[in-house]
Amino acid sequence: MSSPLFFADFIDAVKTVPLIRYVLFAGIVSSLTFGIVGSLVVTRQIAYIAAAIAHSILGGIGASVYYSRLYDLPWLTPMIGAMIAGVLSVGLIGWVTLRFKEREDTIIGAIWAFGMATGLLFLHYSPGKAVNLESFIFGNILLTSRSDVVATFALGLLVLTLVTLFYHKLVAVSFDEEFASLRGVSSKAYYFLLLGLTAISVVLMVRLAGIILAQALIILPAATASRFSRKLWVIMLIAVGITLICNTGGLAFSYQLDVPTGPFIVLMAVSIYTASLFVRRKRQ
Amino acid sequence: MIVDCRHLSFGYGESLVLEDVNFTIHRGDSLCVIGPNGGGKSTLVRLILGLIEPGRGSLKILGQSPRKAQRAMGYVPQAMRFDAQFPISALDIVLMGRLDRLTVGRFSRQCREAAHAALDEVGMADLANRPFSDLSGGERQRVMIARALACEPELLLLDEPTANIDLSIEAQLIETLIKLRHKMTILMVTHDLDLVSSIGDSILCVNHRVHRHSLPLSGETIKEIYSSRRRLEHDRRSRHIEGDHSACNHE
Repeated sequence: MSSPLFFADFIDAVKTVPLIRYVLFAGIVSSLTFGIVGSLVVTRQIAYIAAAIAHSILGGIGASVYYSRLYDLPWLTPMIGAMIAGVLSVGLIGWVTLRFKEREDTIIGAIWAFGMATGLLFLHYSPGKAVNLESFIFGNILLTSRSDVVATFALGLLVLTLVTLFYHKLVAVSFDEEFASLRGVSSKAYYFLLLGLTAISVVLMVRLAGIILAQALIILPAATASRFSRKLWVIMLIAVGITLICNTGGLAFSYQLDVPTGPFIVLMAVSIYTASLFVRRKRQ
Repeated sequence: MIVDCRHLSFGYGESLVLEDVNFTIHRGDSLCVIGPNGGGKSTLVRLILGLIEPGRGSLKILGQSPRKAQRAMGYVPQAMRFDAQFPISALDIVLMGRLDRLTVGRFSRQCREAAHAALDEVGMADLANRPFSDLSGGERQRVMIARALACEPELLLLDEPTANIDLSIEAQLIETLIKLRHKMTILMVTHDLDLVSSIGDSILCVNHRVHRHSLPLSGETIKEIYSSRRRLEHDRRSRHIEGDHSACNHE
């Protein structure tokens, strides 16, 4: 199955087709950010909030397509729109979860749906040729451009730097908010930082996997990894490894079999996670 | 003076949880806070920690507002509160006591040494790298105490340190606390009579109002405190004091 011959076409494509190289590179870089941010999200148990942020980003994508076409603003790419929506959504969801703890799930559900609904309407009313909605929801690697790869690299670097600098504070706030704040660490600020890192990661994967599948890819490798270690940095490393396997493997398989890439990547992540459930937990 | 509390009142909405509270804690004191559930024990601790603001009156810690004095306090919450599966080692938890000395990146060598010393103090030096999830209830509680010690506090606050802990382990824990009692000022919420008698030099009865009694209590005072609706419960682990302490409203 994994004989080199099977991937011959894919390897050829990596060598000759720039697009495939871009996608492969974006996949590798985002494995790093996904593994690391995903481990923090899973440890903090905010997978649901991460999913809400991912979905509400569609609103920004729709708005950017609409306004860029209406006013002819070529700089307003879906990536930029997704980033802006990500920032807004992090602010709103972060504020809601801190302010209305008891009604949190309902309000998050509302923001989630609102983001998707406005996104769909914006795309519907966008002037010009019909927009392929699926490419945003489920990803479409054929739309990957060189500038996407540059953006992926820059944002990936930003995430890595922030996590390296604030690792201990992010962990402390996740473990015991109250104590961290007694030691002068603003638990709210670091909560927003974590949500922001999540949003950036999702935006990075919109091209490759789309918003819906991207949020699964944040959670699953980290959830798998956390079954095999009790050290967060080890969990991060394992999660990065799993995401790397899913991204490159998924890309190679889907190219070879001529099927959509995003779903294939996520199916790999789900399979690895499911398999891990049958492996006995490590005991010290 | 470590704590100076005058005419302090605090309430949620209309109803007052604490009313006209007056007491002082001096350096080296060892106070046990007792009282019925809902009487305002944890509210008082949260006020001292500066996590909530008093409604009326004044509360000074080391002559400052509680918020400003936060760095001088070490807090030990109940260990049961935590996510037992959280992927973190004992040492990393203790290092949280040094967070105020960390800007970015890694903890300094001094911080790591202080954390190891704190673990040593509670007899956990060998378990520094153990995952939190592998520790027993008593060990977790001692990690929490070590974390508070790593803050190098002038005032150590503990919230029911022996709750949910086996009797055999409780004895070790009391030993640790007796050692600490001579080194710093301690304020401890507890239902545990063994703990009160071995650690406390006075008790703070908290039930809406607050009264301080020196230990050992005279027979008279005990009668006053527990005369009405007294309930001394024996469970399999230790003796627990329950009751509404309404008699504490004496002046």
